[in-house]
Amino acid sequence: MQILLNGELHATDAQNLYELCTKLGFADARVATAVNGSFIAAAARGATKLTEADEVEIVAPRQGG
Amino acid sequence: MLTLYGSQFTSRLLLGTARYPSPDSLKQAVESSGTEIVTVSLRRESARARTGQGFWALIEEFGCRVLPNTAGCRTAKEAIATAEMARELFNTNWIKLEVIANDDTLQPDLFGLVEAAGVLTAQGFEVLPYTTEDLSAAERLVAAGCAVLMPWAAPIGSAQGLINKEALKTLRAYFPDIPLIIDAGLGTPSHAAEAMELGYDAVLLNTAIAEAGDPAKMAQAFARAVEAGRLAFEAGLIEPRDMAQPSTPVAGTPFFKVGHAS
Repeated sequence: MQILLNGELHATDAQNLYELCTKLGFADARVATAVNGSFIAAAARGATKLTEADEVEIVAPRQGG
Repeated sequence: MLTLYGSQFTSRLLLGTARYPSPDSLKQAVESSGTEIVTVSLRRESARARTGQGFWALIEEFGCRVLPNTAGCRTAKEAIATAEMARELFNTNWIKLEVIANDDTLQPDLFGLVEAAGVLTAQGFEVLPYTTEDLSAAERLVAAGCAVLMPWAAPIGSAQGLINKEALKTLRAYFPDIPLIIDAGLGTPSHAAEAMELGYDAVLLNTAIAEAGDPAKMAQAFARAVEAGRLAFEAGLIEPRDMAQPSTPVAGTPFFKVGHAS
């Protein structure tokens, strides 16, 4: 399955957002997530199924003004 | 004391964390500014670089209150989703709400801003909106639930200072009880002092400090200017006059004669 991960094409067999985060090494990382423009809370990642062409954002703290 | 959504602060300088030459220079600037509130953002995290994880460790060292922004958002929808991610990421209800209208000016989109402020307030956020000096937008933001307003002085990063000073004075007079923070556009410590002399409650700085030759020293300069401006406001400034008025007493001037032209 191909998804758009942070704006780039990404092949994955992850069934849900929690699995995707784990595969990427973000299981215990300080990250927040959104799918198709909507925020997905950490607790809801397991219940958030991924399908072809989903747009997933995984973000972390960064410098800001 | 500066009170923002029930939290009290001694420092009236809020500091952005971007554009410093190094993490160490950021740390030194935070320390020498005496700031108690730093702004941060959230950006896409790479599984390889994991940049954000290290940055978060640095921010935690500062012991400051964290104010996440929604920088770069173009619509209310984007800003709302970004705020929701920020709330979870930074474990705070505070959000510096930015909805940007235009790349050249980075001017706030006031319509999107008001819309997002209302939605986020209803979700329990404490919204600090990055806005303009526009009075009607300010009224809408307050009606939407904002208990703090952050008007720009000039476009972000432009270092122009208070380009619409009269409107900022009007805004201050119109909202005597709402904390007003000048956010964006300040270039020099004298700009910050000027904002504080007008009775603004605080200033938010980033580029003017981060891109200075010596950020830590400039942070100290701004901190003193903010303090000086605040003291001056509290002390009560005199009104400008058109004509001279002698400061030295006139009575008892030696050689004085009635009718003698001075």
